[in-house]
Amino acid sequence: METIASVLTGTNWSPYAVGIGIGILSWLSFLISGKPIATSTTFARTGGMIERMITGGKAKQRPYYKKIKLQINWQYMLVLGIITGSFLSAVISGDFQVGVWVPSLWASAFGDSAVLRVFVALAGGVILGFGARFAGGCTSGHGISGTLQLAVSSWVSAIFFFIGGIITAHIIYLVIA
Amino acid sequence: METKKQVPKATREAKDTSKAEDIRPLFFGLGFGILFGFLLHKGGVTKYDVIVGQLLLNDFTVVKIMLSAVATGMIGIYFMKSLGWIKLSIKSGSVGMNVLGAFIFGAGFAVLGYCPGTIAGAIGNGYLDAIVGGLAGILLGTWIFAIMYPKLKDGILKKGDFGDITLPRLLKVNDWVVVVPAVALIVLLLFWIEKAGF
Repeated sequence: METIASVLTGTNWSPYAVGIGIGILSWLSFLISGKPIATSTTFARTGGMIERMITGGKAKQRPYYKKIKLQINWQYMLVLGIITGSFLSAVISGDFQVGVWVPSLWASAFGDSAVLRVFVALAGGVILGFGARFAGGCTSGHGISGTLQLAVSSWVSAIFFFIGGIITAHIIYLVIA
Repeated sequence: METKKQVPKATREAKDTSKAEDIRPLFFGLGFGILFGFLLHKGGVTKYDVIVGQLLLNDFTVVKIMLSAVATGMIGIYFMKSLGWIKLSIKSGSVGMNVLGAFIFGAGFAVLGYCPGTIAGAIGNGYLDAIVGGLAGILLGTWIFAIMYPKLKDGILKKGDFGDITLPRLLKVNDWVVVVPAVALIVLLLFWIEKAGF
């Protein structure tokens, strides 16, 4: 018999249960905090905070950092929460990964070199971070929160996220590999 | 670019004068994040294999989660909007931002195998390529954008500007004229994906 405990320790929930859960979470986030769930500006703020720590005033002068404001805000805490929530779920379901540098799909095509994978992840991160700020949002801000509000900018973005992603993934796995 | 601020002037001024900051919103942010991260992990989307499996069109977990979240969210958000409980928070956009920028994002999404939300989940899940490679890369990428921003903001980011408009406003129809067919279409699409065996 499924108990509440066995549900919480399960690893694979139905994607529909998860999706509906995220949908309900978006209601609560609008109702209680008046904000849509979004994450990518937090990474830009962190980048700016690091520059501010190293060079001081120079980061504060950048128009982009003046615009997004380098401070710990609601969304910043949301991102820290995601790390925490995923960690909790992974630990109670016995899925916390120790010492995993190379995802198995990657390893099946490109071998198990951690250096290669980290280098590619770094390059991918640069493109992703740049693109997220260029598009003004990411898979959560545009892809979920924006599309559910029927924002034109978000529907266009979500479609092109997937067009760009599908083409690139096929180049990586069918052409390069 | 940024979410349009819809805070009334009076409350904005009140916020500015009271320097003793209310930190309760931060706790709510943390709480929502914990639930979101928990769900992302339970759905399997804190894993590279699942995300790239979607982009290779082998595994439709990401699309199933996103579409069911969007359909559920849309009904509730527009219901609460019609009651005047909430205000929408629409990002303004342009062809430059949401076609070119989103395409660049998509390319990075495939190379990294995580997006900004799911990489936070992947970090919590313990994946070291996300922590050491991906996170550093994203921070670097946003910083490069911040440096280039003064050059981009009045050029490519404004190309084909369409503002902070929603589909119902664009089509000049009642909200529900778009919400009902959109939800129906999403449900049909999900049935079709299941029927096709994905």
